[in-house]
Amino acid sequence: MKKPKSPTITKRESRTLYLTAEEEKILNRESGEAAATAMRLLVTMGEIFDADRLIPIKSAQISGISYKTIGDAGLEFIKDFSRLGAKTSVYTSINPTGMDLDNWKEIGIPEDFAINQKKIISALNEIGVESTCTCTPYLLEKIPKYGEHLAWAESSAVIYANSVLGAMTNREGGPIALASAIIGKTPLYGFHIKENRKPTISIDVQDEIKNELDFSLLGFYIGKKVSGEIPLINLPTGFINNIFLKTLGAAMATSGGQAIYHIKDITPESKDFKQEKLREKITVKRYDLNETKEALSQEIDPDIVFIGCPHCSIEEIEEISEISRGIRFVKKLYVCTSRHVWKIAKSKGYIDKIEKAGGRVLKDTCMVVTPLERMGISRVMTNSSKAAYYLPTLCKSKACLRDLKGCMNYAINGN
Amino acid sequence: MRSMEIKIKGRGLIHGIAQGEALVTSQPISFLGGVDPKTGLIIEHGHEIEGSNITKKILIFPNGKGSTVGSYTLFAMAKNGTKPAGIINRKTEPIIAAGCAIAKIPLIDNLEIDPIKQIDTGDFVIINSSEGLIKFKKKET
Repeated sequence: MKKPKSPTITKRESRTLYLTAEEEKILNRESGEAAATAMRLLVTMGEIFDADRLIPIKSAQISGISYKTIGDAGLEFIKDFSRLGAKTSVYTSINPTGMDLDNWKEIGIPEDFAINQKKIISALNEIGVESTCTCTPYLLEKIPKYGEHLAWAESSAVIYANSVLGAMTNREGGPIALASAIIGKTPLYGFHIKENRKPTISIDVQDEIKNELDFSLLGFYIGKKVSGEIPLINLPTGFINNIFLKTLGAAMATSGGQAIYHIKDITPESKDFKQEKLREKITVKRYDLNETKEALSQEIDPDIVFIGCPHCSIEEIEEISEISRGIRFVKKLYVCTSRHVWKIAKSKGYIDKIEKAGGRVLKDTCMVVTPLERMGISRVMTNSSKAAYYLPTLCKSKACLRDLKGCMNYAINGN
Repeated sequence: MRSMEIKIKGRGLIHGIAQGEALVTSQPISFLGGVDPKTGLIIEHGHEIEGSNITKKILIFPNGKGSTVGSYTLFAMAKNGTKPAGIINRKTEPIIAAGCAIAKIPLIDNLEIDPIKQIDTGDFVIINSSEGLIKFKKKET
């Protein structure tokens, strides 16, 4: 390994990535083995993507923390990392885990699974990560601001941060977000550079888009149609809120891998880019959304209704609690949200209302990352096209799609 | 007769020196689900090198594919003693690079030649990724 040279910045061999003297020291194990591994991860990513330096980040968000997805290999890595003295240097949140950390027994999570899941969480806590356990870190107290650099992993959170908040983040997979959390930096490439964030294709939505399922289907359709492009979406006039934007992005990132979209007057940067330069235009009609729904939704008799992909906001829980007033669900209803939103909902009485009607509000988890196949659940109704896409592959479960009102009707009436 | 040793430059990403017998495939590899970390065997059904053991080999393939959790599989292989000695990619991507970084597997890509066409399974390969080069000797026939 090359020794750091003075002055303060050194160029590594023949490459384009420059490290400060401080960064070189970390790479050379002067801050311990864990920090050196984290730095090696960031330097390698920087080299692959031709970054010229590392830049400071405001927060990190780590995915791949459900025992179901990372298994023993991931558990071992995080435990080793913690044992070697890894510590976060910026605010760091984590994705949903494989279960409600408090009430796992009641929903049928096997004990061996729960033990391993808890080991992952306590190792992360030791590193300094907060047990936020949500895919919607932008609904927590610390909301990223316009122009801030982040290292987030969850695809639906990445697209929300870039498109709705105007913060800047790439999609950081595997252990890379954890490395950024420890170093407090990320390589400067991709969506951290303004030029790479401009729209490349125009999408004209020609029919009315009216509820969260419509937005979810629209996102899924756009992602599939223009994977690899950055869409500028022109919507017909109508009501739009953050719940719609949350599900639009989640679906688009699922089918197309997008990390950013633009909507006029919503995406903070949309006015910064000249729109007339877009070479291609695609139109979307109701027919396209219907077709998308048919492809994702199966003819089944669901044994459970699942709402909360991405995690429910307080407004969604309020709406569900209103519908739950004075009724009794005849089908199982699972609503998933973050621990943070759960506590607010509890204090406002929403949780009690839903649970009194026979529904359950789970925190820290979501249906897709729980060991559903080991819980006797194999037919799920949901209002999220992201969930409907992942349930068959990740949980060996069939899925069908309805909007929130349709889902609630099914839970209440069984049809 | 001993065959000639050939020296090739590339981009060393995870630094180190490794040597061993080459195992070459023209197909991308998914470490999550595609490789058994306990045995080192390629288990992806229908893969060109299904059933081959990658342990202690110089594994040569175009790039990774599949889930980012595959990085942790490489780490598990390091702990189990089943990891490859070194990896040569045509052009690597974050799953393999992150996996090699945490499993301490020397990794090099962007060689001056196409390693998949020029190197055969069974050839003897030395990776010196710290200096950004590889050497290889064709197996004797």
